[in-house]
Amino acid sequence: MIRDTTVGAKLWITAVWAVVIFFVLNLAAMIVAVILSSFGTRWLGTWLPAGFTDRWYFAAWSEFQLHDVLIVTFQIAFIVVGLSGLLGVTAAYALARRDFPGKKLVMLLFLLPLLVPPITFGIPLATVLYQAGVGGTFWGVVIANLVPTVPFVILVMIPFIEQIDPKIEAAARVFGANTFQLFIHVLLPMLVPGILAALLLVLVRTVGMFELTFLTAGPTSQTLVVALYYSVFASGVRAVQSIDAMAVIYMITTLVWLLVALRFVNPTQIVARAKQAPAQQ
Amino acid sequence: MMAANQPSLRQRLALRGIDGVTLLALPAVLFVLAVFIYPFAYGLLLSFEPKEGGALANYQRFFSDPFLYRTIATTLWLAVPVTVISLALAVPIALRVRLMTRQRLLTTILVLPVTLGTVLVAEGLLNYLGPQGWFSRTLMLFGVIEHPLKLTNNYWGVFASLIITGFPFTFLLTLSYVTGIDPALEHAAATHGAGAWQRFRHVFLPLLAPGLAISACLSFVQAFAVFPSAILLGAPAGPTRVISIAAYQAAFEQYDYSMASAIAMIMAAVQMVIVVAILAFRNLFYRGSTAGGKG
Repeated sequence: MIRDTTVGAKLWITAVWAVVIFFVLNLAAMIVAVILSSFGTRWLGTWLPAGFTDRWYFAAWSEFQLHDVLIVTFQIAFIVVGLSGLLGVTAAYALARRDFPGKKLVMLLFLLPLLVPPITFGIPLATVLYQAGVGGTFWGVVIANLVPTVPFVILVMIPFIEQIDPKIEAAARVFGANTFQLFIHVLLPMLVPGILAALLLVLVRTVGMFELTFLTAGPTSQTLVVALYYSVFASGVRAVQSIDAMAVIYMITTLVWLLVALRFVNPTQIVARAKQAPAQQ
Repeated sequence: MMAANQPSLRQRLALRGIDGVTLLALPAVLFVLAVFIYPFAYGLLLSFEPKEGGALANYQRFFSDPFLYRTIATTLWLAVPVTVISLALAVPIALRVRLMTRQRLLTTILVLPVTLGTVLVAEGLLNYLGPQGWFSRTLMLFGVIEHPLKLTNNYWGVFASLIITGFPFTFLLTLSYVTGIDPALEHAAATHGAGAWQRFRHVFLPLLAPGLAISACLSFVQAFAVFPSAILLGAPAGPTRVISIAAYQAAFEQYDYSMASAIAMIMAAVQMVIVVAILAFRNLFYRGSTAGGKG
């Protein structure tokens, strides 16, 4: 441990922490303001709302048809989780265990959808989906959301699979297991922690994915975050508090899964998705 | 099981790493080809088939209409400062947080805005930064300003929302690179009498350059694709009419998918140019291992 004891170093350290505290305070205040507002009766020109009530939640629940929106959100999220797990884990297994010509190209193929921002590829994708007739439907939203999540699962799972000793698989083969049995009885039990972490992150990302869902959703296939966008966009029509109540409901649905996910992964893993990239050149 | 007439082909393929297991990757490869590569290629071709005019008519229209081509500058004017500020804050903070034994609480707090997403942050900031919000109110309480600042429905609202979602993203990415550097290298430099600035300049910075280049690229690309907050928190008709708004309007308000594809391609091209520039700049620095030891 290196100790810097000069005055300049101490000032610098203080400044660094001051920036962190300033950022965290503003972030916390922003979130608390939304929560307070959703419980407030009337909040104009004062530090705190005039009184507290829970009626905005009932108002938001019926005005925005949150019951239907939540059901659609979770249907979409869980189907995306299931399909990306199925496609992603099998592909990750192949990529972790075999070296074949063109593997670098395949890795690049899986890296691109994570690097290109959703709004950039979302517009051509939405065009194609609308022409194929699935745009605006439930399955259109599912397909669009799978584009970044399948590669995400693959890139998260490859290192997990690589660290499993291939001798265990060889032993299973010796005893006559075929690839399917190998998967179900040998690999899957060992991979559960990794798969769980990857899929929880997929769930968090899908619930929070605005752009792709917004571009492909129709009136009956909106997820919560898109419904929130429309209500903020049309603010003035509804009471601010009921929009805030909806925002709180959205926060809860996202944060519950985030907290569960954080039991299995490090927060830096949520953003450091490109780490398994071939460390270029 | 064994195809008796062609065992040699199967064996030859297996030798090159292609067998039943390799084929497991096929569904995912086909899926990404169909829903990512194909739409992109389709969009590229579609952008050369405008509603009227020659093959390049969309691009000519984009670069001759100030309402359209100015969106590039508008977006860069948001994305570049946000990227630079996020990185400039992330590096010193990551170098400090690296020394903490309990980083988990801070990283968990910072992952919140990334997870909540831009729509929620925009909605929160509308209240918090608004004329009646706590931000202006606090500044007025301390006598820093006399009248509430105008921070929503203009450039600064979008800027703030990009920092709130962009800085934690850049920071967590940078932290994952900083913690990958062997502390022994810094100790060695300190033993030889290097001061804090010298250790940063001659030990950390060269080792961090590849990671910082990636962080800069990803943060920039994210900020350049700003969409919901530019509409909700900004002035989407004027100062924050970013390029994604132009693409969205072409597709879903004018139903001109050809023009929308052209704008999406221009968006991708600008992102690529900046990313290539950042990576080329990074190549001016040291390349090699970030682990300690000889070599």
